[in-house]
Amino acid sequence: MNVQKQPGPDLPPPASSVGVIGWLRKNLFSSAPNTVLTLVAGYLIYITLVPAFQWAFLNADWVGDSREACDSGGACWVFVAVRFDQFMYGFYPEAEYWRINLAFGLLIALMVPLFIEKFSRKGMLAAFILIVYPVIAYYLFSGGAFGLVHVETSLWGGLSLTLVLAGVGIVAALPIGIVLALGRRSGMPIVRAVSVVFIEFWRGVPLITVLFMSSVMLPLFLPEGTHFDKLLRAMIGIVMFQSAYMAEVVRGGLQAIPKGQYEAAQALGLSYWKTMGLIVLPQALKLVIPGIVNTFIALFKDTTLVLIIGLFDLLATIQSAFSDPNWLGYSVEGYVFAAATFWIFCFSMSRYSQALERKLHTGHAR
Amino acid sequence: MKKFVLTTTALALCAAVSTTAFAGATLNDVKKKGFVQCGVTTGLPGFSGPDEKGNWTGLDVDTCRAVAAAVFGDAQKVKFTPLTAKERFTALQSGEIDVLSRNTTWTLTRDSSLGLNFAGVNYYDGQGFLVSKNLGVKSALELDGASFCIQAGTTTELNLADYFRANGMSYTPITFDSSDETVKAFGAGRCDALTSDQSQLYALRIKLKNPGSAMVLPEIISKEPLGPVVRQGDDEWFNIVRWSLFAMLNAEEYGVTSKNVDKMAASSKDPNVLRLLGQSGIKGKGLGLSDTWAASIIKQVGNYGEMFERNVGQASALKISRGLNALWSKGGIQYAPPIR
Amino acid sequence: MSADPLSGAAPAKAALWRRPVFRSTVFQVLLILGVVAIANYLFTNTLHNLEQRGISTGFGFLSMEAGFGILQTLIPYDETYTFGRTFLVGLLNTLLVSGLGIFLATLIGFVMGVARLSSNWLIARIATVYIEIFRNIPLLLQILFWYFAVLQPLPQPRQSLDLGGMFFLNNRGFYLPAPVFEAGFNLVWIALAIAVVVVFFMARWARRRQEETGQQFHTVYVSLAILFGLPLLVFLAAGTPLTWELPALKGFNFKGGVTIIPELMALLTALSIYTGAFIAEAVRSGILAVSHGQTEAAYAVGLRPSVTLRLVIIPQALRVIIPQLTSQFLNLTKNSSLATAVGYPDLVAVFAGTTLNQTGQAVEVIAMTMGVYLTISLTISTFMNWYNKKKQLVER
Repeated sequence: MNVQKQPGPDLPPPASSVGVIGWLRKNLFSSAPNTVLTLVAGYLIYITLVPAFQWAFLNADWVGDSREACDSGGACWVFVAVRFDQFMYGFYPEAEYWRINLAFGLLIALMVPLFIEKFSRKGMLAAFILIVYPVIAYYLFSGGAFGLVHVETSLWGGLSLTLVLAGVGIVAALPIGIVLALGRRSGMPIVRAVSVVFIEFWRGVPLITVLFMSSVMLPLFLPEGTHFDKLLRAMIGIVMFQSAYMAEVVRGGLQAIPKGQYEAAQALGLSYWKTMGLIVLPQALKLVIPGIVNTFIALFKDTTLVLIIGLFDLLATIQSAFSDPNWLGYSVEGYVFAAATFWIFCFSMSRYSQALERKLHTGHAR
Repeated sequence: MKKFVLTTTALALCAAVSTTAFAGATLNDVKKKGFVQCGVTTGLPGFSGPDEKGNWTGLDVDTCRAVAAAVFGDAQKVKFTPLTAKERFTALQSGEIDVLSRNTTWTLTRDSSLGLNFAGVNYYDGQGFLVSKNLGVKSALELDGASFCIQAGTTTELNLADYFRANGMSYTPITFDSSDETVKAFGAGRCDALTSDQSQLYALRIKLKNPGSAMVLPEIISKEPLGPVVRQGDDEWFNIVRWSLFAMLNAEEYGVTSKNVDKMAASSKDPNVLRLLGQSGIKGKGLGLSDTWAASIIKQVGNYGEMFERNVGQASALKISRGLNALWSKGGIQYAPPIR
Repeated sequence: MSADPLSGAAPAKAALWRRPVFRSTVFQVLLILGVVAIANYLFTNTLHNLEQRGISTGFGFLSMEAGFGILQTLIPYDETYTFGRTFLVGLLNTLLVSGLGIFLATLIGFVMGVARLSSNWLIARIATVYIEIFRNIPLLLQILFWYFAVLQPLPQPRQSLDLGGMFFLNNRGFYLPAPVFEAGFNLVWIALAIAVVVVFFMARWARRRQEETGQQFHTVYVSLAILFGLPLLVFLAAGTPLTWELPALKGFNFKGGVTIIPELMALLTALSIYTGAFIAEAVRSGILAVSHGQTEAAYAVGLRPSVTLRLVIIPQALRVIIPQLTSQFLNLTKNSSLATAVGYPDLVAVFAGTTLNQTGQAVEVIAMTMGVYLTISLTISTFMNWYNKKKQLVER
């Protein structure tokens, strides 16, 4: 029998490598250059963040209803508070605000089950949201039926308009994008050429010129006396622009599907549309959900450009409030509010997309 | 699949097309729509701008309301499209709007090669300069080497270049899309002077944080007759817009106001007034409108004097005096042909 | 299908409309017809409308006198030049801001992307916060913010910040001395050209020698010495044919020297900070894509961390980064059209703005503008594709 020598218990690590001090040494002061960097960065943070924090919170004015309430030298959030309804709803009639609230409330309620793991009818629900919900939302916003007062699109504005533009843009761009992506990967040379030209054209021009064309030039291309709504035209421009980007995202998904899937489907005698609709697209679309969310974030930010063609989205509404003679000189507060609103939306969506990416990664890593 | 998209797009476009009018028939088109689509500024106090509720007010807005009152007998049947100076002509040319009433200067180029027609002048203006008082400048001729905030796509840009060329001076132009931005940049000290139509200078000065710190220089360097514009090639519509304006001028001349219009129509003995209000004479026939077209304008919008005072005159924040815009009989140059 | 699937003749028997070739041909012909029909429909409508409304057409306007001034011109221009010239002026301004923006954004992006992976906790946090904040706020908002935030606190020209009597900063811009080249300066340019050629051949020689013999050569130091030394020697020998024109306050504003206008500063700041955040993300993902074993192996053969990064990690990461970089460069170029919001005279502001308005020829002007952006986009993506191909992993 072997007599094994029992090793003595491990000594604790040196005090300088554990606890707060250890962490500081390892992460902030590991070498001379690192120490310098840390100190410089710390100083920069100190001289920028402290005054910013004081301005935004400590010295800020929060309550009141006129500019007289802003006398403490910090940010004047009263300006935002007074105009808050307008920033959210634009010129939408006050008595009808509930319709916008209902439309967005309904959307959130419908979306919640999509995030619940155990809910099994996600496909059905997603189809409902993409196809039936827009109709409901249209009637809620616009009215003119079911006893709802008609509200002209020129009165829509603020954050709700931003969300409508982004929502319509993404929902309408998805099917066109899918068709274009399939076209670009098609075996038929002319179909491929048309798709490529379409995609590259829209991806190559700035959104501003597209919006300018759709807002003031479109009637020039159509028979005389043709009218349609300015908002609708802006949406057409945005959808065309966005569908090209969407096509590239979907194409990425299509390329990631192994060739065997196509071949297996063909071996079973499935037609092109059945192969795509039943085998390839469901897998590809699932793969590109993060990409779609990222496109949506980009679109959401891009909607601010409609202010250049005179639609009153969130940013435009805030800007128009700057020229109110009673509230001159509070543009920084307005811009900060706009930035914070956009940031909250975009940041949470990008986090969601990152989480999705990690979740989807496991199943399809090749 | 591509074909499918195209056909659906084509179908969607057709479905979106609510009306298709024949060439030159803006009036029919407007009647079918049920409203006049009017292009205005994105916000210029006194001329056009939305209030907190989104209702549009101003001199240019009222000019459009007058057209709506003439066509429909209802001054509310008008929708407003806010346009930047850069977009305005394209929007009118393309047919997006029926009439452009956006303090637009009447020039030969615009009247001829842009495919537009100016229907009249609702405000005689001239270009001036707004400078900061602490600059110590008393005349525009002292502005050699200065920088100017201007709105892009206006005659102002061209006049400024002409004026400095003619006087052998140099300048730096800083152009912005909207008048709001020009005043914001001027307020921030980006430029030494802001140049625009003089009426606008007073309107824009209100938007400065400290309006008392800036002054308008005495020089007027250009003629700026501002008025409503329509597309070329539709004389019927052109006449309606032109005479809507003339009706308001005539009403002021004959003393008809929104308050006394009903009484005048019933009891006036003046044949001029009776013809204006559709009680005798040609009435609405020549224009293809109802007989009371002018009466509706005066009742709902007022005569020219009322419109002026309410929006830019003594009853407004701008307090601009009539000046050139007084009637010809009172020392100004506003003159309307007779209704007979 | 009713035909026996096992018989080889089955496809021939299939009805005509069931044959793939026939179907795809018919479909493609229909597609072409559809596209042509729609294009024709739009074209005839436009022509009809233009004629109906008496709007001038054609490109004759390009040779008419413009009559308006432009804030920043890289080529000689005043109001007596033509509308065609305004196109060039706007185009050059667009190229200027895009080029500078691409340079700065790449710089910021690489620094921040590496910083985000730094072992220094504070630096990594700052980089993360920077990326997450600026990526998620609309660019237009950032441009407006920088413009008015930069403009407000700067002093009036008469109270300019004076840096050594040569540089001046005020709310009209940043004024720098301008170099004035005198007659003999051409020699310096020639010397520089010669130096570039010499360095090029020397680098080739050094690389070949290293591949053959393993001997290293201090290419970087020698190149720098040649590139700077040769022109400098010629410059001194020619009697320093260069003077500086200093900006000076005359009347209301500074005259002389080079001016960087605040519009350019704001637009450039916003564009490079915004795009830099995206590039930083691309750089980070590229670096993470290089397997950790590469780093460990490099350390194992005794390379220092900085050398590892430069010679091992970055060359491999570039393959992942370049495609993303391309699309960011394209975005930046297109986004520079937002200049119109702050009055920077780029192509969209000058040509598709003022020129369009003075001439009223929207169709021609917008077509030319879009054409320019399409050309720029296609050029950048062609170049980057070529570069990408060169850098791609060559599998043996």
